[in-house]
Amino acid sequence: MLQGVRQADLARTVGVSPSYLNLIEHNRRRIGGKLLVDIAAALDVEPSLLAEGAEAALTARLRAAAAEADEEGAEIAQAEAFAGRFPGWARLVAAQQRRIARLERAIETLTDRLAHDPHLAATLHEVLDTATAIRSTAAILVETREIEPEWRDRFHRNINEDAERLADGARNLAGYLDSAGDAGREGSSPEEEFETFLAAQGWHVAALEDPDGASPREIVGAARDLVSTSTQTQALAWLSRYEVDARAMPLEAAQAAVAEAGPDPLALAARFGVDLATAMRRIASLPGRVAGLVSCDGSGTITFRRPVEGFALPRFGAACPVWPLFRALSRPQVPLFERLVQPGRGEAGEEPGFAAYAIAQPRGAPGLNREPLYEAHMLILPQEGSEPATPVGASCRVCSVRDCAARREPSIMGEGP
Amino acid sequence: MGKHVLLIEDEPNIIEAISFILSRDGWKVDTHSNGQTAVAAVHEKRPDLVILDVMLPGRSGFDILKTLRAEAATAELPVLMLTARGQTKDREMAEKMGASRFMTKPFSNAEVLDAVRALVAG
Repeated sequence: MLQGVRQADLARTVGVSPSYLNLIEHNRRRIGGKLLVDIAAALDVEPSLLAEGAEAALTARLRAAAAEADEEGAEIAQAEAFAGRFPGWARLVAAQQRRIARLERAIETLTDRLAHDPHLAATLHEVLDTATAIRSTAAILVETREIEPEWRDRFHRNINEDAERLADGARNLAGYLDSAGDAGREGSSPEEEFETFLAAQGWHVAALEDPDGASPREIVGAARDLVSTSTQTQALAWLSRYEVDARAMPLEAAQAAVAEAGPDPLALAARFGVDLATAMRRIASLPGRVAGLVSCDGSGTITFRRPVEGFALPRFGAACPVWPLFRALSRPQVPLFERLVQPGRGEAGEEPGFAAYAIAQPRGAPGLNREPLYEAHMLILPQEGSEPATPVGASCRVCSVRDCAARREPSIMGEGP
Repeated sequence: MGKHVLLIEDEPNIIEAISFILSRDGWKVDTHSNGQTAVAAVHEKRPDLVILDVMLPGRSGFDILKTLRAEAATAELPVLMLTARGQTKDREMAEKMGASRFMTKPFSNAEVLDAVRALVAG
């Protein structure tokens, strides 16, 4: 049990029988409402942590695993029960699903590299060319019975030259393949690598909060996990913006403002005289704040993802077009607000609710007579209470929303509400 | 058919070796190394057979072949394609473009001789 509280003591404190509490703890019973709040209070943790904690993430993984191998007919509707009954096995399935995704990504990267790498193709071509010349010349020397001394000397010289070139080419190739191993390490995408890096420090970069702290460039240089050039470029851009945000909304003042008015990006933007996107990014970077943030460019490509427990974000591929994030792109500069819920991520009617703010803002400096490029952000905040909310998904395959006009492909989830 | 071959290849030592074995076999050998001017060279030299490398500076061998096939004067000219990649993709591409024959590097001298003899005989 959490925090070393005895189960029997906890059961007495919240007024249920120890055996019922045991069922709850092992995910055989769902809880909600007052009991959840009481247990959370007794344990001194956020209620949301209990309701949608590790189990929800695990169940989401299981569903994703089933979605990827739907021909196996896994009983998706019972994913939660499975995770509750056999948590170890469920974690194993989830871990393997993660591993498979990582490996698939690695294979894709390597295949791409072999098929499209111009350097590799050029070096290979060079090696084959040299081998051809050597083979042909050597055969002439061996097979031509009467060969003039000038020709013989010339061919000897050619073979010698080509042998050097072949050695160089082979060395080149070996060196290249050695270093290529690094570029695709872990086989994760640049976004993922950077995400892992940020998640490890709780999405809060303490060094950048201090005006005398390390610069984004120093941070990227020192980070051993940011391997590929592409990741480093993205990290540098993101951290540089973080630094600007942090100067515009200094940590203590921002925390005080959030403590006073809540995590309301509009109020914060007005208070600090910054744009809404800055306020949204800042809220999602405050230490200890549970807030999701998704950014996309004008093509709808997700460029940044800070996940939040209970709201599934697809790792690869396309997201849910119903998200206000994408709607914001068609209403540039207009702040959008919507309550969201992801059906199927909890007992029907008891799914965790979220408040989502979204805005699309021009990116980069304005140019005369030029349309700006837009970038959209969506801040996702967990929300208590049961106000009506718009059902959205993560991606179509694992979404149970029925009669959705935005559906791209059939869902493998059971029929939803 | 005559025995005049134009070798379009950019690797000097390959040019030297192939020129040598073909000359020994009684061929008149002209060589050319630039992809961009290769088609002009074919028109100028009027060979009975072209040996064409796929990877040339300036212009790809496939491109050159396409131009040759599109022109009446060279539409039927036997062309032996050389490539450093034996991938089926390249072979299919060569066939589609109308290469008379296809050879993968590194080839043997005997293969080259067999190929050119067969091309002018057939």
